[in-house]
Amino acid sequence: MGIRLLKLFTTFFKLGLFTIGGGYVMIPLIEREVVDKYRWIEKRDFVDLLAIAQSSPGVLAVNMSIFIGYKLRGVRGSVAAAVGNVLPSVVIILLIALFFNRFREYEVVNNVFMGIRPAVVALIASPVFSVAKSAKIGWTNVWIPVLSALLIVAFGVSPIYIILIAGVGGYLWGRMKGGEA
Amino acid sequence: MSILFELFYTFLKVGLFSFGGGYGMLSVIQGEVVTRHAWLTSAEFTDIVAISQMTPGPIGINSATYVGYTAAMNATGSPAVAVAGSLLASLAVMLPSFVIMLTISRYFMKYSKSNSVEAVFRALRPAVVGLIASAALLLMTVENFGSPTESTMQFVVSVLLFIGAFVATYRFKVSPIVIVIVCGAIGGLFYGLAGGCWWFAGGN
Repeated sequence: MGIRLLKLFTTFFKLGLFTIGGGYVMIPLIEREVVDKYRWIEKRDFVDLLAIAQSSPGVLAVNMSIFIGYKLRGVRGSVAAAVGNVLPSVVIILLIALFFNRFREYEVVNNVFMGIRPAVVALIASPVFSVAKSAKIGWTNVWIPVLSALLIVAFGVSPIYIILIAGVGGYLWGRMKGGEA
Repeated sequence: MSILFELFYTFLKVGLFSFGGGYGMLSVIQGEVVTRHAWLTSAEFTDIVAISQMTPGPIGINSATYVGYTAAMNATGSPAVAVAGSLLASLAVMLPSFVIMLTISRYFMKYSKSNSVEAVFRALRPAVVGLIASAALLLMTVENFGSPTESTMQFVVSVLLFIGAFVATYRFKVSPIVIVIVCGAIGGLFYGLAGGCWWFAGGN
């Protein structure tokens, strides 16, 4: 059964347009459209794809769009799904970028953002604790987040190096343990 | 034109090295865009996060588009180059995803269950927690909170808003959109009134 590229594009365009917030908000909606409504892929496959998309770098919603698009219509399908998915955000943010700097000159806008900024910092601080729970942070590994944050904040180390070191370190540690067993 | 190349290369790195969803990504974007290139101030970066919470789409794409525009605009002053910059940055942040997802789809569908991948993530997940913490800490600046000595009133209000927003999101799971709107309204009213009173009292 061939799913038309245009249908893929418009489906992911709608998903991109109507999910406010981040990628995690979009995942259940993608599932509803792709698994429940259109039955393009099975629930079990969706769960597998999600697990891989989450453990890959990059934007989660984009990773999922590429996966699903590819599964349905190959490389062209992946482009149609991913481009459809991000197009609404790109257009909207571009419009905001074009006009926002002019809005900034208004006192009111400035006041509003003075109230928003501390709240945004709180929104970023809060997942530290919820992600810590799901990453199973305990006494044996709490040094990893503490050292990572310290290196970035106090010594200006790029987060990219932290990712690289953690990835390579975890791999080597796993091999060492595997070798002993 | 070298700004376009810089943008492309920078967001390619962001797309390739950010793990752990939107908040994990923020730290990498901040490291590149605020710390390394100084394309945005920490206040501008915070504003983009706020705008991202209220507009459709993932934060990674939103910030690529906005930073691409702003950085190219500041470097060249040409709106056409700025639009090109925003499109290029958005494309660059997606490109590694294409390469990686398509490669996995074709050859390594089973890789996610292998022991080595599990080992990598045993260290990567805790590191991402540290990354998110660093993003929050690095945004606790005078620009975002006001100065305790020079703008004490703003500082106190900011700390209260921070605590209120933290409790609302962490303890009561209030939606980020609601938090941003409420705190924006409080800021607008409070600083508007405070500015008005000061003005009536004879300041200018």
